[in-house]
Amino acid sequence: MSIFEYNGSAVVAMGGKNCFAIASDRRLGVQLQTIATDFQRISKIHDRVFIGLSGLATDVQTLYQRLVFRHKLYQLREERDMKPETFASLVSAILYEKRFGPYLCQPVIAGLGEDDKPFICTMDSIGAKELAKDFVVSGTASESLYGACEAMYKPDMEAEELFETISQALLSSVDRDCLSGWGGHVYVVTPTEIKERILKGRMD
Amino acid sequence: MGDSQYSFSLTTFSPSGKLVQIEHALTAVGSGQTSLGIKASNGVVIATEKKLPSILVDEESVQKIQHLTPNIGVVYSGMGPDFRVLVRKSRKQAEQYNRLYKEPIPVTQLVRETATVMQEFTQSGGVRPFGVSLLVAGYDDKGPQLYQVDPSGSYFSWKASAMGKNVSNAKTFLEKRYTEDMELDDAIHTAILTLKEGFEGEISSKNIEIGKIGADKVFRVLTPAEIDDYLAEVE
Repeated sequence: MSIFEYNGSAVVAMGGKNCFAIASDRRLGVQLQTIATDFQRISKIHDRVFIGLSGLATDVQTLYQRLVFRHKLYQLREERDMKPETFASLVSAILYEKRFGPYLCQPVIAGLGEDDKPFICTMDSIGAKELAKDFVVSGTASESLYGACEAMYKPDMEAEELFETISQALLSSVDRDCLSGWGGHVYVVTPTEIKERILKGRMD
Repeated sequence: MGDSQYSFSLTTFSPSGKLVQIEHALTAVGSGQTSLGIKASNGVVIATEKKLPSILVDEESVQKIQHLTPNIGVVYSGMGPDFRVLVRKSRKQAEQYNRLYKEPIPVTQLVRETATVMQEFTQSGGVRPFGVSLLVAGYDDKGPQLYQVDPSGSYFSWKASAMGKNVSNAKTFLEKRYTEDMELDDAIHTAILTLKEGFEGEISSKNIEIGKIGADKVFRVLTPAEIDDYLAEVE
C-alpha cells in the first residue's frame, strides 16, 4: 500500500460565480482501521484563502502549521493578506524545498482573487502546480472525484447551487473509496461570508 | 565576514551615544555628488549630477542610476563602489522574492531588506558601514513611492528629497517648489531646476542623469536626447 493511502483522504474544490467551495471527507484511518471521524483537512489561511491537504495526516498537520506561520509573518511584514496565486506559489516553493524527502501531501488551494474571481489549484507532493477554472481534486478518492465532478459541474454556479453540487460529488465519490468518507466538511466562500457545513453521509 | 582576528564590530558606540563610524559615513555621503528625487502624483523622478574626473572619461559607460527591478530604480550619493555592491545585493533579494511568490517585490519590502543589509554592516565583525545614501524610486500597487536609505540602515519615505554636496540648498528649493498635485513632467522640470541651483559649470545632458517611472510601472533612465529636450523646455 502506498504511503499516500495510509490515512485515506478526499479533497475537492470548485469555482463558482464570484465564489468557491472546498470540501473534504472526515475520516482519519490507520490503513483499514478508522480511528477518527472528525479530522480537519481544510484550513483557513485568511478570509479569502483556504487550503485543503490530502495524504499522510502528520504531514497535513505539519505543513498546515508551517504555512500559517509563513502567512502570519507575511501579514505582519507586508500589512496585507496574501493573494491566492501568491499563496499557491509559496506552497509550491515550500514543497519543492523538500524535493528529495517530500511532505507526503497533495494540497488543494482555493481562494478569491482580485475582483472576487475564484482561484483554485492543486499540486503534487513536490509542488507541481495545476491550475483549473472548474474543479480540482486530491486524495485516495481522486479518481472517483474526477468522474463525479466532470459529470455534475456547471460553470458560474451561485453559492447555494455550488454547495449542492460539491456535496453530491464528494459523497458519491467517497462511497466508492473504502479509505475515505465518514461524513463531509464543506466550506462555501463568497466575498461577504464563509459558510461551513458538515455533511452526513454513509458512516462506513 | 572577517577572519577571527577581526571578528569584533568596528562600529562602536561613543560615550555620547553616537556611532561615530556612521557619522563619518554620512560625511562621506555629504561630500558626494548631489542627487535628488521627487514624487509626483503619477510617478517618481530621480536625478543626479554626473561630474566625471576628466573629459577623457567615456561618459556613456558611467551609469549612476540603476534598475533594481523593472519597476524600481535607485540613485546614490557617496562612494560609487559601495553603491555597486548594494545594487547587486538588492537585485538578488528582489529576485528571490519574485522566485518565491511569483510576484514583483513591493517597494517598501525591497527598501526594508536593503536597509537591513546596511544595518548589518554597522553591527558585524570586520566590516565598515556603506558610504552611500540611496534614493529608491518605485511604482507598485500602492502607487508611486520614494524612499531614502542612510548608511545607518534607517529609511524614510519622502515626497521630495536631496542628498550630497548641495543638500541644504536643494532641499530649500524643493520645499518651495513642491506641490502635492505635481505631475511627472513638472517634477522632472523641477528636478532639473534644483540640480541647476548648485551646479558648477554648464548643465547639459552629458553631466546629469535622470531616471523616471510613471503609471506604466516601468523604470527608465532618460537618454541624453530626452534630457536635452527637457533642458530646452526649462530654459
